[in-house]
Amino acid sequence: MKKLINDPQDVVAESVEGFGLAHADVVQVHVDPLFVTRAGGAVPGKVGLVSGGGSGHEPLHAGFVGVGMLDAAVPGAVFTSPTPDQILPAIAAADAGAGVLTIVKNYTGDVLNFETAAELADADGITVRQVVVNDDVAVEDSLYTAGRRGVAGTVAVEKIAGAAAERGDDLDAVAAVAQRVVDNVRTMGLALTACTVPHVGGPSFDLPDDEIEIGIGIHGEPGRHRVGLENADVLTEKLLTPVVEDLGLAGGERVLLLVNGMGGTPASELYVVYRRARALLAERGVEVARSLVGNYVTSLEMQGASVTVLRLDDELTALWDAPVHTSALRW
Amino acid sequence: MTLDAAWAVDWVRRSAATVAEHRDELVELDRQIGDGDHGENLDRGFRAVVAKLDGLDTPPASVGDVLRLVATTLMSTVGGAAGPLYGTAYLRASKSGTASELGPDGVVALLEAALDGIVTRGRAGAGEKTMVDAWTAAVAAAVDAADHGAPPSAVLAAAARGAHDGAESTVPLVATKGRASYLGERSAGHLDPGARSSELILLAAAQAAEAAD
Repeated sequence: MKKLINDPQDVVAESVEGFGLAHADVVQVHVDPLFVTRAGGAVPGKVGLVSGGGSGHEPLHAGFVGVGMLDAAVPGAVFTSPTPDQILPAIAAADAGAGVLTIVKNYTGDVLNFETAAELADADGITVRQVVVNDDVAVEDSLYTAGRRGVAGTVAVEKIAGAAAERGDDLDAVAAVAQRVVDNVRTMGLALTACTVPHVGGPSFDLPDDEIEIGIGIHGEPGRHRVGLENADVLTEKLLTPVVEDLGLAGGERVLLLVNGMGGTPASELYVVYRRARALLAERGVEVARSLVGNYVTSLEMQGASVTVLRLDDELTALWDAPVHTSALRW
Repeated sequence: MTLDAAWAVDWVRRSAATVAEHRDELVELDRQIGDGDHGENLDRGFRAVVAKLDGLDTPPASVGDVLRLVATTLMSTVGGAAGPLYGTAYLRASKSGTASELGPDGVVALLEAALDGIVTRGRAGAGEKTMVDAWTAAVAAAVDAADHGAPPSAVLAAAARGAHDGAESTVPLVATKGRASYLGERSAGHLDPGARSSELILLAAAQAAEAAD
């Protein structure tokens, strides 16, 4: 294992500490328990937005803390959900009297820990609503799994719900718009290589040079199918087709197209994927009204990408366009 | 022969030692069908539990007190799915372990409460390739032993054997709950890491009881 780290046990704490120092104008880092809040604290009267999950997916989630997006983020150990005693104070810090929406990716650990924290917050008199993101179409039959995972579509949920909260929507309305994004966003990803979790010390799975994993989640776990390496156009089609079909997209519809890097793939390759995805959508008569290309929901240094499509309407488009000022996303 | 708080403390220390010893094995089992953090997370949690025990001014008065300390510490240090699952198991077990000393029926009640907590929190049942498989077999074996008049140490020894069989039974299964479920058919042929750690922890309970005899 070659990594730019000190002790593997200290990676998350030292990383978040550096993050806080670098972006002191946007965020504030709380140690022990570890969580990140928006600089300046909760905004009176505004619904608070809290998300979190395992570290190793940067900039998710702390990178999306700031004006127009999250009020707090809770980083767990690498690829491990945070604990309720971290999540609860983050919820309390984000609460400004209007209640808190937690945005949780559908992984057993995340769901269980956020659920526990929400119960504790409720006992403390804080109203908490929860939305579970499950955009990963690679999980084919959720009757026989823990359900579809939450992956890169989470960025769209956090951005749009954040904008709704910022304009003054109440908790029910923010939760409803977040759920509307969840209902209309789908993602599929692939890995060209595995990644190495610092405290594990070796690759998270063994992948021969001429094979790729299709349908990966974001924890370095293997996908559902292993196929031979193909060129970018072929692979992009393998990612986009199930996304579009699962969404039931029809000609004439408008979408947000997000091509997300898993951490180890250069921007140039992500744009190759974007180019082909855009052409495939055009062939179906689908208009790409908004785009985002880059590393937003990563798996350490894994090479790979995911393709996310969000069906847009006028309101979702306006909320996507609303100003945002975080360390990883701003316009 | 009954089991008291000293047994519970010994159980915890033995659990921490066996989890540390098998840390890499649990990581590797989890790496094959999950994300490879189970050994690391449990090791971190049990090290924190031992540190808490070492820092106490007065020893815990009851089995329940010990198990409640384990529950809260694991919940606040482990994270992932294992934190809430083990945390809930110990929390429920602590509620049934409030008597100062446990006989065979008390041990069975404690194990049943732990299993009930895991099932409730994880919404999983037997046969889904999770720690529930180890705990279900452990409880069945414990009930059987107690029904045949076994003392607490023998009840726990039976539970540990049951947990071993239950853990081994996960090997051919296709996971339908937890992280491994995303592998579908590819999850078959692997031992479930949560079932394995459950087996180790129940074996530690039996060994602590044997040492107390």
